[in-house]
Amino acid sequence: MDLQEFFRMGGYAGYVWTAYGLTAFVLLLNWLAARRCESQEQENARRRSRAE
Amino acid sequence: MQRASTMTAAGLVFRRDLTLAWRRWDEVAQPLIFYVVVTTLFPLATTPDLSQLRVISGGVVWVAALLASLLALESLFRSDVEDGTMEQWVLSGQPLGWLLLAKVASHWVLTGLPLVVMAPVVGTALGLPFDAWGTLVASLLLGTATLSVLGGIGAALTVGVRRGSVLLSLLVLPLAMPLLIFGSRAVGMAMDGDSPAGPLQLLAAIFFLTLSLGPLAMSAAIRISVES
Amino acid sequence: MWLWIHKFGSPPHAYRLLGKLAPWFGWSALALILLATWWGLVEAPRDYQQGDAFRILYVHAPSAWMSMFIYVVMAVAAGIGLIWRIKLAHAAAAACAPIGASFTFLALATGSIWGKPMWGTWWVWDARLTSELILLFLYLGYMALRSSFDDPQRADRASAVLAIVGVINVPIIHYSVEWWTTLHQPASVTKLDKPSIAIEMLYPLFIMIIGFQLYFGWAISRRLRGEILRRERNAKWLQEAA
Repeated sequence: MDLQEFFRMGGYAGYVWTAYGLTAFVLLLNWLAARRCESQEQENARRRSRAE
Repeated sequence: MQRASTMTAAGLVFRRDLTLAWRRWDEVAQPLIFYVVVTTLFPLATTPDLSQLRVISGGVVWVAALLASLLALESLFRSDVEDGTMEQWVLSGQPLGWLLLAKVASHWVLTGLPLVVMAPVVGTALGLPFDAWGTLVASLLLGTATLSVLGGIGAALTVGVRRGSVLLSLLVLPLAMPLLIFGSRAVGMAMDGDSPAGPLQLLAAIFFLTLSLGPLAMSAAIRISVES
Repeated sequence: MWLWIHKFGSPPHAYRLLGKLAPWFGWSALALILLATWWGLVEAPRDYQQGDAFRILYVHAPSAWMSMFIYVVMAVAAGIGLIWRIKLAHAAAAACAPIGASFTFLALATGSIWGKPMWGTWWVWDARLTSELILLFLYLGYMALRSSFDDPQRADRASAVLAIVGVINVPIIHYSVEWWTTLHQPASVTKLDKPSIAIEMLYPLFIMIIGFQLYFGWAISRRLRGEILRRERNAKWLQEAA
């Protein structure tokens, strides 16, 4: 199918793209949160060792 | 000193809780009054038409019983943990599960059982027909008893938590949803003239499962709460 | 086997191992998720009944699968932590919860979005969605219980008991909800199931599930490393390494 048709999703564009968009958003949030979890603790550990 | 048998110990716990409650009569009455008040909310919120209320009467009675039971469960272990009695029980060498079950049993007699007795009255006010009384009482007997054990697990986990009542409800309500489904459906079937045997048997099965595994979870939870 | 578990249960070893595994999980997850997305949106043919809307299946079903899978992993980890008193297992359980809850939310949201063009309403009390909703409540309750204790040991162990009680209840809840919907389900309402279709249309689904699993592996590795650093902050191995 051509690009125009692809974005239209047979008339269901709103639904399909919202669903996929929401999925991407949730996965992104979890990606950021997991990364921050690790990096924040690494920063804390470094700060603690510097303080000694 | 001779060590008492488990049954004696459990029996003593049971009787002592009932005696204590007898002196605090108003505390026992409160969940019951709450129950009646909540059921009154539904006609006020929807319609005074009994033929319409009848359709949801079984469900409303069940939900109100759930909420009233949960309200009363928060304080199940609180005073015993606070004054150190629970610690004694953990150290006593008696199987903790039995002692806790005795507490749950006395609690059920004081809160669950009155709800069950009141249920036909409250149900009739919502249009529940007389034919369904038996099923209503049977389902609630099993349901409130199961809920007491489930709530006991929740109460044991949340002893000492600030605003533990809300947390307790949040934890126990999802676990109680099967009870609600089978219980109110049984009443609905009885109202339609069908046999409620199916859901009642499922309720009984859940009750026995909870009764066998519940004390295990409760004693684990109490140990965690007391030892920390 | 036990030697391996005990070795893995040692925080410094786990920290290093997870650090090495994480990139592998992460990149392969990304690759597979993108592949599944492209395949599902472009390559897979349109469904006869539902048109292009059925493509939502490729994000809805894997999310639902992960929500349940992660809950079981969480309960097993909590159980291991409780029975064998392995702190790392408790940390793993804690790390699972937000990820599992996210997938549950996603399953509910995508299920709801899918329902609108299919049944005309944003919400429907069908067995799958109702079960997912109750699962969300279980996750939220777990996280609420964890956060209500200052003492980390009590938080670990109390939430472990809750997770185990929850996981035993899940089959009961599933069955009761199924039972509940079959009583009232009018015959015309179709279930949010995989449409009965050719196997080629299911390939993106499987790939997406594997992609999500790898994503979960990556996220757990990162979170667990963070948890290890936090819990072990006073331990010698950390102070020597930092």
